[in-house]
Amino acid sequence: MIAIIGGGICGLGVGWRLAQAGEDVTVFDRGAAGMEATWAAAGMLAPQAEAEHGEEALLPLALESRAMWKEFAAELCSVSGIDVDYREEGTMVVGLDRDDLEHLEHRYSYFQSLGLDVEWLSGYEARKREPHLARAVGGAVYSALDHQVDNRKVAEALRAAFLAAGGILQENVEITGVATAGGRISAVETADSTINTDIVVLAAGAWSRNLAGLPEISRPPVRPLKGQMVAVQMDPRFPLIETVIWGPGNGVVPSIYLAPKSNGRLIIGATVEEMGFDTGLTAGGVMELLRLAWDVLPGIYDLPLVESWAGLRPASRDDAPILGPTPTPGLVLATGHHRNGILLAPLTAKAICDYVRSGEVGSSIEPFLLNRFEKPVAANV
Amino acid sequence: MDAKAKNNEFTIAGKTFSSRFLIGTSRYPNQQIMMDAIEASGAEIVTVAVRRVSQDSGGEGLYDLLGDRFHLLPNTAGCFTAKDAVVTAELAREALETNWVKLEVIGDDETLFPDVEQLLRAAEELVKKGFIVLPYCNDDPITCKKLEDMGCAAVMPLAAPIGSGMGIRNPYNLRIIREQCSVPIIVDAGVGTASDAAEALELGCDGILLNTAVAGARDPVKMAKAMKLGIEAGRYAFEAGRIPRRLYATASTPTDGAIEL
Repeated sequence: MIAIIGGGICGLGVGWRLAQAGEDVTVFDRGAAGMEATWAAAGMLAPQAEAEHGEEALLPLALESRAMWKEFAAELCSVSGIDVDYREEGTMVVGLDRDDLEHLEHRYSYFQSLGLDVEWLSGYEARKREPHLARAVGGAVYSALDHQVDNRKVAEALRAAFLAAGGILQENVEITGVATAGGRISAVETADSTINTDIVVLAAGAWSRNLAGLPEISRPPVRPLKGQMVAVQMDPRFPLIETVIWGPGNGVVPSIYLAPKSNGRLIIGATVEEMGFDTGLTAGGVMELLRLAWDVLPGIYDLPLVESWAGLRPASRDDAPILGPTPTPGLVLATGHHRNGILLAPLTAKAICDYVRSGEVGSSIEPFLLNRFEKPVAANV
Repeated sequence: MDAKAKNNEFTIAGKTFSSRFLIGTSRYPNQQIMMDAIEASGAEIVTVAVRRVSQDSGGEGLYDLLGDRFHLLPNTAGCFTAKDAVVTAELAREALETNWVKLEVIGDDETLFPDVEQLLRAAEELVKKGFIVLPYCNDDPITCKKLEDMGCAAVMPLAAPIGSGMGIRNPYNLRIIREQCSVPIIVDAGVGTASDAAEALELGCDGILLNTAVAGARDPVKMAKAMKLGIEAGRYAFEAGRIPRRLYATASTPTDGAIEL
């Protein structure tokens, strides 16, 4: 039996692929599957618009996974009967004032240096595409290839697909630790039982690091990174926007995004806070989201505020996922996806399934093994 | 001790540090880059916004990664009143077991300039309560002198607005502050690139505190190294003493005794 710890998008995705391949696989979740970071996310598949300095190594992986998404979504829909709302209107990053626009130009030239397929729009052109954008929008970078899904529907669809493929889902069962024998994985443990297994896929998101029994050398450096979010409800017949909009960020002021779903739900996120496992909302956090979103899209003013929540991104030290084997035979990692869990799900599912079945590390995940953190700091200066 | 080490050495409140570079921990692309950049900077003092960073991140938080290798300097970022700043400093003292604090009392969201009146009040109270206070302040000689007189361990005038990268906007004020204050002067805010850092040190400032210029650079690790070298170069230049400026050229080879042809 293969045990997967964590029933989020990574655990369920890997489980689905393994079950489809005929493996005996059980996914354990301490609550209901798909209800943590997967549920809290916004479903953006935007490796271009979100490309960041210093994270160039992640880009090929993100682009590869994005290219897999459309088919992944169609397959999920056909198996589960749940439409995951794959939207292809694209993503736009906007600037409002002089400082924003200078920063945006700086980013645009960076995108170009990476060879990304993005387009500069004047304020007029940006509003032609999205007429409800604020008058102050003076320019934008548009990325037609950055799409989105409804992550909550993905969670539901994936759960159904996993079960339909013959996987076993143990919800409300907390894995409290793993056991090893002779340095190899031998079992997973709950509060009152020990379940023998020689393969464990650790996909426990922000909780991956502190699982009891993990050998120190195989402990993934993952921490919780809090994000507060709100949702307002648009009239789905007359949505304010159809593309994903990223507001201005200039390195000092954080940027926010607005992700419109086909059912009219408009997700506004997200703060980035080093607050441990705290998931409380703060007045300031919600205020910043709404203020910055209103600057970009004043039409939200009259919309009903339907939800507010906070989730925990599982952030690795370098913000890239930690995938594949560890020094402990039998322990496989699929964690540390930071804000890219939804985007990287199709690739993670396939690559980890392939690794578990063949024992061979695929070339796309090779740069993302745990052993990359062994390098000495500042080795390149 | 070699000359280089001595050149970098400076003392705040009786504690001697081996680097004149103080570095922040915000807004790096990721934690790995932050750690590599801090390492490359050679900094010993690292500032942390106590209100914005939890101490309990399950072993992978900032305190876990930096705590035992650096002198962590809590700051009161995000405080807009003296009262708020004092409470934050006290919470930091309790949590981090240090009485050092980088005191920030911000006057306005748009410019992030200090609120001088509230800053002076907070500084006075914190000094009385036994804190080692390093106040972020305007590049105003009078304010700096007042802060020194009330017992602050250093003064940290801005060179330009926080995160602006505009460089040393008023070198004359920094020179006046240098002449009037005897506590260490640390330029805090506004440095954009290595030459800005060098310029501040050439003017006689003792150190630089910065964050965005490194964290926001395309290659933060390289920029950290560049800043380190800029600070070292600036300090050497200050100690060496520059030549006077003059409008016309001077031949560097003496003309006396030249052969007449």
